[in-house]
Amino acid sequence: MKRKLASLAHCRAGDKGDTLVLSLFPFRDDDFPMLAEKVTADAVRAHLAHVVKGAVLRYELPNLPALQFVCEHALETGVTTSLALDPHGKTLGYALLEMEI
Amino acid sequence: MPRRHLRIGAGAGFQGDRLEPAVVLASQGELDYLVLECLAERTVALAQRERLRDPSAGFDPLLETRMEALLPIVARNRVRLITNMGAANPRGAGRRVAEIARRLGLGIRVAVVTGDDVSARIRHDMTTLESGRPLRDYGEIVSANAYLGADALQPALARAADVIITGRVADASLFLAPMVYEFGWKPDDWDHLARGTVIGHLLECAGQVSGGYFADPGLKDVPDLAHLGFPFADVDSDGFGVISKVPGTGGAVSVRTVKEQLLYEVTDPTGYITPDVVADFRSVRIAEVGKDRVAVGGATGQPRTETLKVSVGYHAGWIGEGEMSYAGANARGRALLAAEVLQERLGADIPSLRIDLIGIDAAHHTSFGYPHDPYEVRLRVAGRTETRDHAERIGWEVEALATNGPAGGGGFWRHVSDRIGIVSTLIPRTEVLTAAATVEARREAKAR
Repeated sequence: MKRKLASLAHCRAGDKGDTLVLSLFPFRDDDFPMLAEKVTADAVRAHLAHVVKGAVLRYELPNLPALQFVCEHALETGVTTSLALDPHGKTLGYALLEMEI
Repeated sequence: MPRRHLRIGAGAGFQGDRLEPAVVLASQGELDYLVLECLAERTVALAQRERLRDPSAGFDPLLETRMEALLPIVARNRVRLITNMGAANPRGAGRRVAEIARRLGLGIRVAVVTGDDVSARIRHDMTTLESGRPLRDYGEIVSANAYLGADALQPALARAADVIITGRVADASLFLAPMVYEFGWKPDDWDHLARGTVIGHLLECAGQVSGGYFADPGLKDVPDLAHLGFPFADVDSDGFGVISKVPGTGGAVSVRTVKEQLLYEVTDPTGYITPDVVADFRSVRIAEVGKDRVAVGGATGQPRTETLKVSVGYHAGWIGEGEMSYAGANARGRALLAAEVLQERLGADIPSLRIDLIGIDAAHHTSFGYPHDPYEVRLRVAGRTETRDHAERIGWEVEALATNGPAGGGGFWRHVSDRIGIVSTLIPRTEVLTAAATVEARREAKAR
């Protein structure tokens, strides 16, 4: 059965210019291998295709544990010149949590 | 004798941050240092524009408010204060702080760190990190500030300044600077610099590590969010730290809040570049050691880069915006009709025009298959333009929908702003010369 990431993990969004950074943390550390297997860079790129126009790079941090997604060209040129309602992309952590796995 | 332990508090995480948590930290936190981080990417460029209008301006507009509240407390409790509120005019800010101290009858030494303003060294053929295109492809340049590191603050710390005012300094470096000074860390002690940087990075957004930007009711509950306490770190001379907050304040410091902040805005956790070091977070360990006490340590470091990042502010034209609400039956249909009208009337002249339905797809360009339309929808339109007149038209066209558009449009709003954009470039360290100057505020006789 598919579940939304929102029920398995928490997420914080941050920005650096036009790059969106999404940090994903399982609520239970035991779920990390499963998240690492299913929430791939490609899956995130496809899920956020409306938002992310560039590459998605994933870092694995089993020491925390966490997955870090660095999404390029995701913020309509970045906070200083974006026309978006949320130019920092702060709400986008919850867009990732809508993903079903 | 180098110290073995320091307590450093974070009293502001952005320009407009709350004042009261810093007052609580300064008065009850038993701090050695209080750091106020108040400069966002664009803030220096906006401040530089203020300074062009008025040479005595260009520092943080809340400087006086914060200093009037904090100086008497930090002077009484012997807390040293470090802040980047100097923005585009650190000297002017330093003089103002000294004036305030005199007025309050406080005898303190203020130090000002300069050298971040590198506008004289910027060339139009320099490559931008964002697009790879040269600076000349962007609008007229307003400001150029290098991110200074912890080394730039060492002379001011050595002169025993009570308050240190800077312009652009990398956020984490504001916190690393007192660690380097008090623990006597060497400039090439990369592992210690990396650990201190991690502590600084955790503190730099203040409330974001102590329960702010975290709460999700029922899932991630945070007590007393309305009175969020700001964090401090107890750091030892080996660079290990415990993040905590003043007992009785709201919020929470937990493994989860610390993890979220550790990776916040980090584009490469295997090589986090600051002016001081390149830090690797893959060996960082986080553990709860008490109520609202979380231990952090174990980063490793690689040598710092030979270049510094420069934030360049440029004129990016104008932005016009307008909004209108629709509610009840077919709210979405009426908002979409209004959007069609606006696209027809503005689209040809303003190619950047963007139209959102707030409540449906404004934040994420989609609602991921959520099945029901909301009861009410707010139409939002925004566009980037070369001139103010064009930007004004956007709001006027939305206003005109009141009598000329679909049924039941209300709650109209419009706004125009000129834009300073920010792009980055790199500059060799050797081209950035920093300096520290001190201003004494002597206690006046009548105040004794």
